[in-house]
Amino acid sequence: MKLTIGHIYPDILNLYGDKGNIVSLSRRLKLRNIDFEIVIIEDKIDFANIDILILGGGSDRDTLIANNKLQKQKDELKNFVESDGTLLALCSGYHILGKEFKINEKAIDGLGIFDITTKQIKNRLIGNIILECECINNTVVGFENHNTITDIKDYTPFGIVKYGYGNSEEKTYEGLIYKNTIATNLHGPLLPKNPRLTDYILNNALNKKYGDVSLSPLDDTFENNAHDYIIKRFLKNSVN
Amino acid sequence: MRKMLAIIAAKISIILGKILGKKSSSTPGTIARKICPDILKHLAKQVKEKTILVCGTNGKTTTTNLLYSLIKNEGKEVVCNNVGANMLDGITCAFVTKASIFGKLNADYAVLECDEAYLRHVVKHVNADRIVITNLFRDQLDRYGEIDATVKLLDEAFSNIKNDFELILNGDDPLCAHYADKYKAKFYGISEDKNLKKNEIKEGRFCLKCQSELSYNFCHYSQLGDFYCPKCGYKRHAPHYDAVNIDLDNKMKFDIKYNNHTITLDVNYKGFYNIYNILAAFSAYNELGLDLTNINNVFNSYKPQIGRMETFRINNKDVILNLSKNGAGFNQAISTLINDQREKDVFFVLNDAPSDGTDITWLWDVDFEYLKNANINSIYSGGIRKDDLAIRILYAGFDNVKVMDNTKDNLKDIIFASDRPVYLLVNYTALFDTQNILKSLEKSSK
Repeated sequence: MKLTIGHIYPDILNLYGDKGNIVSLSRRLKLRNIDFEIVIIEDKIDFANIDILILGGGSDRDTLIANNKLQKQKDELKNFVESDGTLLALCSGYHILGKEFKINEKAIDGLGIFDITTKQIKNRLIGNIILECECINNTVVGFENHNTITDIKDYTPFGIVKYGYGNSEEKTYEGLIYKNTIATNLHGPLLPKNPRLTDYILNNALNKKYGDVSLSPLDDTFENNAHDYIIKRFLKNSVN
Repeated sequence: MRKMLAIIAAKISIILGKILGKKSSSTPGTIARKICPDILKHLAKQVKEKTILVCGTNGKTTTTNLLYSLIKNEGKEVVCNNVGANMLDGITCAFVTKASIFGKLNADYAVLECDEAYLRHVVKHVNADRIVITNLFRDQLDRYGEIDATVKLLDEAFSNIKNDFELILNGDDPLCAHYADKYKAKFYGISEDKNLKKNEIKEGRFCLKCQSELSYNFCHYSQLGDFYCPKCGYKRHAPHYDAVNIDLDNKMKFDIKYNNHTITLDVNYKGFYNIYNILAAFSAYNELGLDLTNINNVFNSYKPQIGRMETFRINNKDVILNLSKNGAGFNQAISTLINDQREKDVFFVLNDAPSDGTDITWLWDVDFEYLKNANINSIYSGGIRKDDLAIRILYAGFDNVKVMDNTKDNLKDIIFASDRPVYLLVNYTALFDTQNILKSLEKSSK
């Protein structure tokens, strides 16, 4: 078994330690002796030879550059998503997947992979965030820092917000999940302290390529400690 | 009358603070500005010669203190917020401290460290003659949003300045150097490639002018180096103050070339980044036209600020404390660890209080992987976010990372367990407590 992980424009979309996601995915494959290859995508994406795509976040300026570059391959990217390709999009990488997003009041055509729109608001929504995610039947913890609200219409949210903001200031839902794509405001190194989510992503890609694959359990003491710390610190007073 | 009242109230607050043993260096300024909003303007205009502001992500405090020491050494009276409170209230406090209760200020110069986001406010009160910009790295992104926003905030500040002023810029930083297009500026830089280049996060990868990717003839660290834009031609300007002939092997030695002059500096500092701090202070100082005879002495007698590679002697060995508050700072500290070839123990401490920055995701921009070359025996992870830090260190290949708090007992155990030097790399809110522990251990081991 072998997975090829494509990191889209890490030189541009690297605002917040995005490298952590690549390190997590590769570490968990390596510990299980599954072959993998990391492909740094600087220009064109070779969709035929990619199993997992990571699309990180960037500053407003860098997001525009990335969006422009990706416009040339938006149909292929849509096809990748529709045919169960595995995609993780974070932060502004999430926003450009929509039909339209705004930067400084200017509406910009996104890649149109999803019929969603992102607007800018006055406040920045900043802080630790905790989600309850059905896809892994567990919590996901991370950090958000965006001045955007995203209307995901009828799409399924990635998670229910337990702490933090998410897609809107109303603190209800966060991100979206569609087939094997997860798109979220949670930025940077999302995967290191969410090992179940990391395995979910790996499993999606392996299952698509090799049929039903089960991943052997790993010692996640460090990862779980960091995960549980956030839960304990921010959820202790708000248990439903 | 209001001014007098403001100064008296602030001075009482300073004294009270001292009695209570508080390290607050801005509360008296807050009080003074509440009573008399114009107090800073009133005091700042009494500076007889020049006012120099020091701004930038890393190196502000060291540069400010070096410049202050250089000027002070010439027998001048200097106002300086050298305790590091660098917003409006901290700067006000520095002036109030120096003023008489009647509102008279006896000062030849003012050297003021200023927060990047506050510069635009400070320049409305203070007549800035020179502004040093040390560098712009990602730091506390949760506060400033992102680095582009900081670049804009500084531009806004400069455009607010009504008086004649000159910038002193780190010319190796593409995010700083471009300000010379709009404003009068001098550059300092390092024109010798010391091959420090690492595969690390560069902040200003893209040309601020045309958005295409910058290229480098050589790069010192982060985005600092001999950059050029292949597309629009934006490039590093030849520095007016240029560090060459750099020797880092024992002590730090280098030449500064400027205006057909060369001066050799021979100092006992650690860390390549200190060349930039010295260059910044020297450039600003030389622009004032003061005497240069004693500068080596001043640089050498300068005691590094708390936690800037501050060395303690405990149990007959070196225990070195360094404040590393963001990705660039951590990477620089790691370079310093690699340069020290002794076998060593390292204790990292990461807190996430608001003044540290609540977002710690930048940890993944730090090249902990390079620590493999730093001859490390034991490695520890502590602080409020010790678990996140531990994952980062573990994933960098240190399966033996130990997670524990940086309590006095734990530090004592580690320090007394071997004769290896110990490095403590901590971020902001962990600094004072750790320093106190080390001071008391140093005292009791004498």
